[in-house]
Amino acid sequence: MNLKQHSVLPGFGLTMGFTLFYLGLIVLLPLAGLLLKSATISWDQFYAAVTDPQVAASYKITFGASLVAASVNAVFGLAVAWVLVRYSFPGKNIVDAMVDLPFAMPTAVSGIALTALYAPNGWIGRWLAPLGIEVAYTQLGIMVALTFIGLPFVVRTLQPALEDLDVEIEEAAASLGASRRQIFTRVIFPTILPALLTGFALAFARALGEYGSVVFISGNLPMKTQIVPLLIMTKLEQYNYAEAAAIAVVALGASFVVLLFINLVQWWSRRYATA
Amino acid sequence: MISRPFVAFGLFSIALVSIAVFAGGCRQSADPNAVEILNVSYDPTRELYKEFNRVFAEHWARQSGQTLDVRMSHGGSGKQARSVIDGLEADVVTLALAYDVDAIRRKAGLMPKDWQSRLPNNSAPYTSTIVFLVRKGNPRGIKDWNDLVKPDVSVITPNPKTSGGARWNYLAAWGYVLKRELGDLAELHDPNSADAVAKANEKAREFIKEVFQHVKVLDTGARGSTMTFVQRGIGDVLLAWENEAFLSIHELGPDKFEIVVPSISILAEPSVAVVDKVAERHGTRAVAEAYLKHLYSSEGQALAAKHYYRPRDAEGVPEEYMKRFPDVELFTVRDVFGGWEKAQAEHFDDGGVFDQIYKP
Repeated sequence: MNLKQHSVLPGFGLTMGFTLFYLGLIVLLPLAGLLLKSATISWDQFYAAVTDPQVAASYKITFGASLVAASVNAVFGLAVAWVLVRYSFPGKNIVDAMVDLPFAMPTAVSGIALTALYAPNGWIGRWLAPLGIEVAYTQLGIMVALTFIGLPFVVRTLQPALEDLDVEIEEAAASLGASRRQIFTRVIFPTILPALLTGFALAFARALGEYGSVVFISGNLPMKTQIVPLLIMTKLEQYNYAEAAAIAVVALGASFVVLLFINLVQWWSRRYATA
Repeated sequence: MISRPFVAFGLFSIALVSIAVFAGGCRQSADPNAVEILNVSYDPTRELYKEFNRVFAEHWARQSGQTLDVRMSHGGSGKQARSVIDGLEADVVTLALAYDVDAIRRKAGLMPKDWQSRLPNNSAPYTSTIVFLVRKGNPRGIKDWNDLVKPDVSVITPNPKTSGGARWNYLAAWGYVLKRELGDLAELHDPNSADAVAKANEKAREFIKEVFQHVKVLDTGARGSTMTFVQRGIGDVLLAWENEAFLSIHELGPDKFEIVVPSISILAEPSVAVVDKVAERHGTRAVAEAYLKHLYSSEGQALAAKHYYRPRDAEGVPEEYMKRFPDVELFTVRDVFGGWEKAQAEHFDDGGVFDQIYKP
């Protein structure tokens, strides 16, 4: 191992062993439990459980809303991170700290707060209701909640990338005759794209599993606004642990595929950026 | 930028953990004359048990000289039962329906099979029923179950899959249709009217399907639905526990809501039981049994009535509480649905009637 000689941390064997042990304990053990639980039912039962129309509809709702929320965060989170990195203004530290609030708030509190705001009699909802826009108790409400909880992931992963981006490079591009648009699309964007994708992936993954804030704002109607985690909870409520595990395994598999895909794009974009 | 909050957070969590460990350590060194029990209950009993625990602790101190501390855990009834099955050390459970208590027996074997006959009245010291909460002046003119399916009426109820209260709502509506179609619920037990019963059940199924088409929000628990109706202003009618409906009116003033009592409803029997295995391990069986028995005393019954539960025995309950409860024809789950186990399997389990009404 070449790494061994150059590494500042002593003992590759020890650290690697600890890494595997730790990952095994924290990540793989619960996942193995999940798989074992779902394996207690036959393949036919498994298939029937995960293709039930209510389950299929909730997969669509959860994945769809999570994608929308992560995309919204990718766009507006980029703007927030840009402002926080590039400009200095009074109260910047406070704004910066505010970004972490969705991390820190108990999700149920966020859910109730958002519902209170967006319900037809809430501060925001009452202005939207006459326009025929319903947020609380619709799929739009789910997206709002997921956007709220996902924002810090995008901003916090983008900030270091933007800080690394030298203003000189932009100046160089400008002096070589690039338009502002070209500077953004050709210089800035490719450099921060890997970080943006990471932020997107984190926000997306977080949204898939979100339960606490969504159940308050979604209305929980089967086929319309019922999310996967709620369906899993309902199965547990009926002591149907195996089917709950089956639904979770499919959700997990699907998110793994999505995350893997994002990682591939990221790998590709990194090569593209350095090429 | 990022590291300072993280360090602060790290220190903060270390502080929290040490507080937790410290507090945990303290509880061990308790006074030998002190006894503690955990009552795992469902959502709308918060106010009742808060007062009852205080009253019973005084009673127990007089009787045994021990200082009693009753800790409470509240939540959706099904979820609470699952916590006990999964190891929450409840000395007594006071849940929304016998089915949930029975699940503790079936899944974890923490109590004997005859638990329900150990206390009077099927181990349900107080009862309740399902009523409608409507907005002041009853603008939609909701008088009975069939008004729920009038055009443009929006109904709020929790999800029967996750909420014990919602199952009572659902079965009450079903029973209403059976009564309307059959004229007399006794027909259900008459073998000669099997055809009529089957037809009535078919009608009930259609009715329930229609009711749920009027439901815009399915919260996971009874308190959630009450919040949706009362605080968010969603819906024209809330199907609620009678005690919960009274409480909403009491808390928020009678100028906003009123209670409508339908022509017929269900007798909801929230069940209580000592969790034998846990109480024996804790050595709290005597106090746990006395605790539940005290619910049947005139003091306990009066407190139940004060908190809007219908007492089993009106003797010794102040008249001002008794007159709150309007007369209404009530049927039991056993009479109409053949017991909880059957009702659960037929209506609420996966693939049951409730799932079918949401089939596209």
